[in-house]
Amino acid sequence: MNSTHVVHAASENHAGWLPLLEISIREVFELMLSSQLGKVEAIDHSNMNVTAMVGLAGQLCGVLSVRCNGKAAALMTSKMLGVDVDKVGAEMSDALGEVCNMVAGNFKNKISGLAEGCLLSPPTVIVGDDYCLYSQADEPGLQVDLLFEEMPMTVSLQIQG
Amino acid sequence: MSIRALIVDDSSVMRKIVERSLRQAGLDLSKVSEAGNGAEALAVLADTQVDLILCDINMPVMDGLEFNKQLPGVPNAKDVPVVMITTEGSESHVVQALSCGARGYIRKPFTPDQVKEHVVPVLGGKI
Repeated sequence: MNSTHVVHAASENHAGWLPLLEISIREVFELMLSSQLGKVEAIDHSNMNVTAMVGLAGQLCGVLSVRCNGKAAALMTSKMLGVDVDKVGAEMSDALGEVCNMVAGNFKNKISGLAEGCLLSPPTVIVGDDYCLYSQADEPGLQVDLLFEEMPMTVSLQIQG
Repeated sequence: MSIRALIVDDSSVMRKIVERSLRQAGLDLSKVSEAGNGAEALAVLADTQVDLILCDINMPVMDGLEFNKQLPGVPNAKDVPVVMITTEGSESHVVQALSCGARGYIRKPFTPDQVKEHVVPVLGGKI
């Protein structure tokens, strides 16, 4: 069952949301992929060439993104669909977008006031690493680094306003 | 008894996950139809008989709430139970969905057991 931790959206200390973001990620992976995520001290972002993003608008504005390498994204898809990883094809982007969407939805449902006051955009997925993301976020974002089946994965929340 | 299901979600991956969860939950599915939004679902129902509809809320063209409102106008499907499956978890969304005619509400992420818990009661004597 999903965690019932609740923090109020009006909290000025967004760093206090970090544990809830991590719980939200872990719940999605445990329930939908039957996968326990590992902890990681330092992470190498250089090979993370698949990025899924979901925009948030309303009481909380920003972007939540999930980044990993292609091998991790293919394995996530394999676990979600129950198919062999070498059978995974074009549905990989859809799958990672859904992971991102569920993390964003699960996270906002844990913050009092956000479940109703914050809307999610459809997911966008970028494959490749030669891009720059310019965000209007006006404060440092929240970032959670974890290991999915020993492969690094980063979830970040850029908050605007 | 086997069940004919219609799964409505704009993500093809999520449609497959929902179907897999129904099977893992022990439902005997004789036929599964799919639609990418509410309008497509209404078109499917015009010539397809189903016993159960699982429907997302946030979809392009026609969302799940509007689909629920229009469902009573479809002769084939006016009494078919609808269970919403969505990331939207607020009480107001639940109330809105139920007031539009939905019979159940499952929040993503979910387990096959949660699917079973919400789907079996709405099927009544059909399983």
